[in-house]
Amino acid sequence: MALLEIKNLGISFGGLRAVNAFDISVEKGQLYGLIGPNGAGKTTVFNLLTGVYTPDEGAIFLDGVNLTGKKTIDICRAGIARTFQNIRLFGDMPVLDNVKVGLHNHYPYSTFEGIFRLPRYYRTEKEMTARAYELLRVFGMEEYADHAARNLPYGQQRKLEIARAMATEPKLLLLDEPAAGMNPNETKELMDTIRFVRDHFDMTILLIEHDMKLVSGICEKLTVLNFGEVLAQGGTQEVLNDPEVIAAYLGE
Amino acid sequence: MKTKAGKLSKTAKNDMITYGMVIAAYIIVQILVSTGHVSSLVQGLLVPFCTYSIVAVALNLTVGILGELSLGHAGFMCVGAFTSAVFSLACKETLPSVPRFAAALLIGAASAALVGFLVGVPVLRLKGDYLAIVTLAFGEIIKNIINAIYLGVDAEGLHFSMKDALSLGMSEDGLMLIKGAQGVTGAPHDSNFTVGVVLLLITLFIVQHFIRSRTGRAVMAIRDNRIAAESVGINITKYKLIAFTISASLAGVAGVLYAHNLSTLNALPKNFGYNMSILILVFVVLGGIGNMRGSVIAAVLLTLLPEVLRSLNDYRMLIYAVVLIVMMIFNWSPNMIFLRKRVRQRLAAGREAGEEV
Amino acid sequence: MSFAAHLISGISLGSVYALIALGYTMVYGIAKMLNFAHGDVIMIGGYVVFVTVSGMGMNPLAGIVVSMAACTVLGVVIERVAYRPLRGASPLAVLITAIGVSYLLQNIALLAFGSDPKAFSNVVTLPNLELFDGQLVIKSVTVVTVAVSVVVMIGLTLFVKKTKIGRAMTAVSEDKGAAQLMGINVNGTIAVTFAIGSSLAALAGVLLCSAYPSLTPYTGSMPGIKAFVAAVFGGIGSIPGAFIGGILLGVIENLSKAYISSQLADAIVFSILIIVLLVKPTGLLGKQVQEKV
Repeated sequence: MALLEIKNLGISFGGLRAVNAFDISVEKGQLYGLIGPNGAGKTTVFNLLTGVYTPDEGAIFLDGVNLTGKKTIDICRAGIARTFQNIRLFGDMPVLDNVKVGLHNHYPYSTFEGIFRLPRYYRTEKEMTARAYELLRVFGMEEYADHAARNLPYGQQRKLEIARAMATEPKLLLLDEPAAGMNPNETKELMDTIRFVRDHFDMTILLIEHDMKLVSGICEKLTVLNFGEVLAQGGTQEVLNDPEVIAAYLGE
Repeated sequence: MKTKAGKLSKTAKNDMITYGMVIAAYIIVQILVSTGHVSSLVQGLLVPFCTYSIVAVALNLTVGILGELSLGHAGFMCVGAFTSAVFSLACKETLPSVPRFAAALLIGAASAALVGFLVGVPVLRLKGDYLAIVTLAFGEIIKNIINAIYLGVDAEGLHFSMKDALSLGMSEDGLMLIKGAQGVTGAPHDSNFTVGVVLLLITLFIVQHFIRSRTGRAVMAIRDNRIAAESVGINITKYKLIAFTISASLAGVAGVLYAHNLSTLNALPKNFGYNMSILILVFVVLGGIGNMRGSVIAAVLLTLLPEVLRSLNDYRMLIYAVVLIVMMIFNWSPNMIFLRKRVRQRLAAGREAGEEV
Repeated sequence: MSFAAHLISGISLGSVYALIALGYTMVYGIAKMLNFAHGDVIMIGGYVVFVTVSGMGMNPLAGIVVSMAACTVLGVVIERVAYRPLRGASPLAVLITAIGVSYLLQNIALLAFGSDPKAFSNVVTLPNLELFDGQLVIKSVTVVTVAVSVVVMIGLTLFVKKTKIGRAMTAVSEDKGAAQLMGINVNGTIAVTFAIGSSLAALAGVLLCSAYPSLTPYTGSMPGIKAFVAAVFGGIGSIPGAFIGGILLGVIENLSKAYISSQLADAIVFSILIIVLLVKPTGLLGKQVQEKV
């Protein structure tokens, strides 16, 4: 079975059918693209996947575990992490602490132990700090550790969001328009980062993107959404050359 | 790794400065008192300084760290004050003062925490101004209910009524604990400046360690971005409740200190009403949102200010109001912030130019 | 008949709350600030009428007009001096400034008039209404209060919907930046809102003091808070909501005082607010806005 298996997913908002009969199957280690015109329902799929919305019908399986209708935090614990279209960092906190919040569930100690600084506090904090630095180093962000997240340059903020997501030790990483608002140079650097994350962490990545250079550059498989329905699915080049897909993008 | 060590010591140093400031102030005041340099008026303010500092730090945990506006902290203070005063009054003859006050402190903190938890469960789902108005409402309800309670104890045990003293049906030798709007009379004077300073240090210790812990980071993450915090697996409700309950409990501690410094404890609008909650919020905002040391300084200065202005009689509160408005505009107006930055740059540029020559 | 009497006096009190709440809700809707000083403008309005009518012997109606004019100016000045410099600053900073303004107004009144309550003479001199052979007497001030609040509510609704400046207000409340780009004078619109809110506060002050004839520097404080509760109750930003919230609050308060406990009446009022907000977090007529992910 594939790592992520979605069958017949659907949701309506009022009378609007936002996503309908959505199927996808992402293999472990794959770099998978979800594309489509604005308003096609791509982010809605992510929100269904991460428990922000509860699907009206259909089922979501991660590694054979049924996640349909689970709450956001349980889905995170089950192994899906995400970034957001409009960057959502913990802006007033240092970069290091942003990553530490991502590590939260893997390095537990109680509030009581924290306030009275019992031995477990020191031990766990030390391990946590070391791990957070390790992640920042992997992403080449160690020098920013003490900076408030909101003061980072745009490209670094995107990277920090990915680092924070990776801190939760996910099986599947969802990237929502990671290249939005980036210039060509930043996009190129981002492509390297995404490839690096896949190779270094042996990660499975599902991403939403409008930048066709990025999509054709790194995605191995694509699903095209249009008006909430799957328009095409398959290998990247094959899908991008599909006349129906081209028509949907250019508008008939 | 060098940066890491540097950072840890920076926050730790910052916390130490706060403790040091409180201890230094305590020592200086004690010296001044013993050499007779402190007027009896200011001496009477020493415990209130501690009370308001504690409750300001407590509220700052909710406002600055959790990022939610509470206008009900006077209510939590009220709960702590009354439960502890009732306990101390009931045990006045049976317990020596030190264990009695320690037990009263725990009872006050625990009951305020319980009320904070019960209030927090429903209201923390609300946001912003709605949360503010509902906490204000809860504070008023608490004050109102306490004003309607009659409680007494005699050989048969506790008697309770919400109507009047007569309906308690107490025997002659019974002891009235709460007399409705007349409040609690005769609770022992167990608090003093030293006790206040110790409690303030404990409060600062708890809050600052909380902020630098895993729980504190989770709470601040929720403050900065709730949706992102949820997406990395933070249980929003749980951490909001933890922070709010601790904050309410520390406000209760302030109430305990307050109650044991008076001969009669009443729940009046001026000490436990929304006006007091607002005053505490003023301490927090003027001292700096999220800045615990600032809360202490602001609480002390703003408690002292009306007394310093006492010679101006009727004009003192007028001046207080004007000072408050002017300070808010000076500190927070976008134009003033811009202006201050410009002046600072000018000065820095001037200094550099001077060095070159 | 006593129930009817309690109900009617509740509606009367509620109408005063409604008038204050209308001002609150407009200011909140547009400036997005809790104007804690709003209640104190009511008090100032009361004192102006006290001075002009009781002191200078002016015609009550003229006194009301003077009071409304004075409060309009006061509201605009407060906005200009204290709130406008803080536009764009943290809402908490604005809130604390409003509290400062509230202290300021109270202490000005304290200096000018002292803390003793002033006996306020009823400005409504019409005869009382007697129903059921005099079993139920409705005071003329009650009738006038209810009528005024209904007229004001309808007038404001029409004003906001039909006039150019009213639509500008709606635009500013939705999005200040976009409104500015569309050529709307944002500062001017906010000033007009304060002017309207403050003149309504003066009106409310006169009616409040006519019904409860005792005026102190703190008279406006609690009704101000309650009216704000009423505005939240009805759904803040909504004009009909403020009206309904005000009336309901007054009725609940009076009936609780009469039938349950006068001491716990406020607690009951606040409890009902909490219950309403827990069931419907944006109030009775408020709009639900959800954050987009």
